[in-house]
Amino acid sequence: MRTIDAEGMDYAQLNAQVRSCEEEEICITRCIGQRYIGTGLSGRRIVVDGTPGNALGAYLDGATIRVNGNVQEATGDTMNAGVIAVAGSAGDATGYAMRGGRIFVEGNVGYRCGIHIKAYRENRPAIVIGGRAGSFLGEYQAGGTIIVLGLHTDGRPIVGNFCGTGMHGGEIFLRCEHVPPRLPAQVRAERIASLPAEAASLVQEWCAAFGRDARELLSSAYIRLTPDSNNPYRQMYIAN
Amino acid sequence: MLKEGAFRNPSGCAIVGVIDRSGRKMTGEGMIEAITVMHDRSNGLGGGFAGYGIYPHYKDFYAFHLFYDGKEARQETEAFLNRYFETVYSSQIQTRKVAGVVDEPLIFRYFLAPLPQKLSRSHLDEREYVARCVNRINAQINGAYVFSSGKDMGIFKGVGYPEDVGRFYRLEEYEGYAWTCHGRYPTNTPGWWGGSHPFGLLDFSVVHNGEISSYDANRRYIEMFGYKCTLHTDTEVITYIIDYLVRRQGLTLTEAAHVIAASFWSTIEGKDADAREQEMLLRRMFPSLLITGPFSVILGYTGGLMALGDRLKLRSTVCAEKGDLAFISSEESAIRRVQPDLDRVYSPAGGEPVIYELYQKGGNA
Repeated sequence: MRTIDAEGMDYAQLNAQVRSCEEEEICITRCIGQRYIGTGLSGRRIVVDGTPGNALGAYLDGATIRVNGNVQEATGDTMNAGVIAVAGSAGDATGYAMRGGRIFVEGNVGYRCGIHIKAYRENRPAIVIGGRAGSFLGEYQAGGTIIVLGLHTDGRPIVGNFCGTGMHGGEIFLRCEHVPPRLPAQVRAERIASLPAEAASLVQEWCAAFGRDARELLSSAYIRLTPDSNNPYRQMYIAN
Repeated sequence: MLKEGAFRNPSGCAIVGVIDRSGRKMTGEGMIEAITVMHDRSNGLGGGFAGYGIYPHYKDFYAFHLFYDGKEARQETEAFLNRYFETVYSSQIQTRKVAGVVDEPLIFRYFLAPLPQKLSRSHLDEREYVARCVNRINAQINGAYVFSSGKDMGIFKGVGYPEDVGRFYRLEEYEGYAWTCHGRYPTNTPGWWGGSHPFGLLDFSVVHNGEISSYDANRRYIEMFGYKCTLHTDTEVITYIIDYLVRRQGLTLTEAAHVIAASFWSTIEGKDADAREQEMLLRRMFPSLLITGPFSVILGYTGGLMALGDRLKLRSTVCAEKGDLAFISSEESAIRRVQPDLDRVYSPAGGEPVIYELYQKGGNA
């Protein structure tokens, strides 16, 4: 394993060291705001201590990244494959336009998480959030799975406004008793007594990543959101 | 060369602010350190700082900071100031040569008290009198620009990366209980130091990351009340809107936030009766002061800071607390640089104001 001390290092310098490193396992310590860590990488296992900058693991192509701390905006932007596990909270636009791979966030995510994610054949992106999500969760979602476990304790709702606006594929699972208010008309919400097998295994993976007990999470009821094909999305901003 | 205001100037930007709610003072170095982490959000074409509580010996006087293109502008302005104010102390602002900061204008500071007779004859409240004088200098004296005009606070800004601008102004020599900082990323070349942030009027200062799309609607409305948008940038208009709503209309900061970043009607409908009624009233009273498009701002004022983002949260904002210290930043990493160990870190929702004030002003711990 190679350890890189990121203190005082510019993002370009840090990423060049990560890229040129021949070892599979890399530990980045004292990370502070360096952007684009692990961008497009495959075949590495990276552990980050500190607060990495925006676009962590963007276009990730099979590598795994674990962050001991919070992450900022656009984590896993357009990622293809691999796993990002954040032992903390994530900022806005987490998993923006993901095409594959998995993102696990122990805490909360900001606005626009999982917007425009899409699935194709074996590429099925998934995002599992331990706490709550901000507004526009899964906006324009075209495929893949988003699970929000609602383990936050600040009393805020499990999702913000406009969840699933323009959603036309994929699924969102919210671990709560009641359907959130003011969901867009083209989203169908149903209460399910337990998670389907694929979603359940994602929750187990999330639990394994953060040392949590899966039993209660798997025995809870969830609200499942899917696009309603009888009532297709027509407009949010303009009539067309 | 076209000056700021003669062309459109959208920005990317980084913002950060800190307040010690117990009133303990700190130098501007912490902000310099924090903004350095967000270096890549700026492009070297603008940076600035606002410090509060920095002029304790002159705290009863309006501290004007001015840029002059040359001697004539200075003479004309000083003649104007002498007609309306008593100048208690004036000097050139001390700076140091820094490689990244060039072509500086003349930079002067004046501590002023309105002439009592002039003030009483004007039938204006003192702050309005001062604000009108600032507007007149900026609109009518060629080559002079008042970029700071509050009491016991000061704005320091210029063209360059913010960390260089901070060193240029020797901010290690100033101590304040609150600071804000801005790093600018305009996509056109700013021709002028006055276009950098923070923007200020009296003790209000605004640093802003974003690009508002309602600029012209806002400008047309606010100019009806005597404000002159000389720079044509969105941050200037935000500053005037806040001044109008809070100082002139007497709204609280939270109410002003509900005007500027009003919730969608559909969101308001889902609120409890009191909140719904109040927010509907504010939206109906000041529809032209709704700001749309991406923005996150930090407002500085005597005794506090307020963070506010657009209702869609198109720009990031992180708030954090550690003991008496409270931070607001575009990125968490900038806060962690100066305070690695935090009691609380969170992101406010879009349109949700976060207000941190001195305990003596009623601020929460």
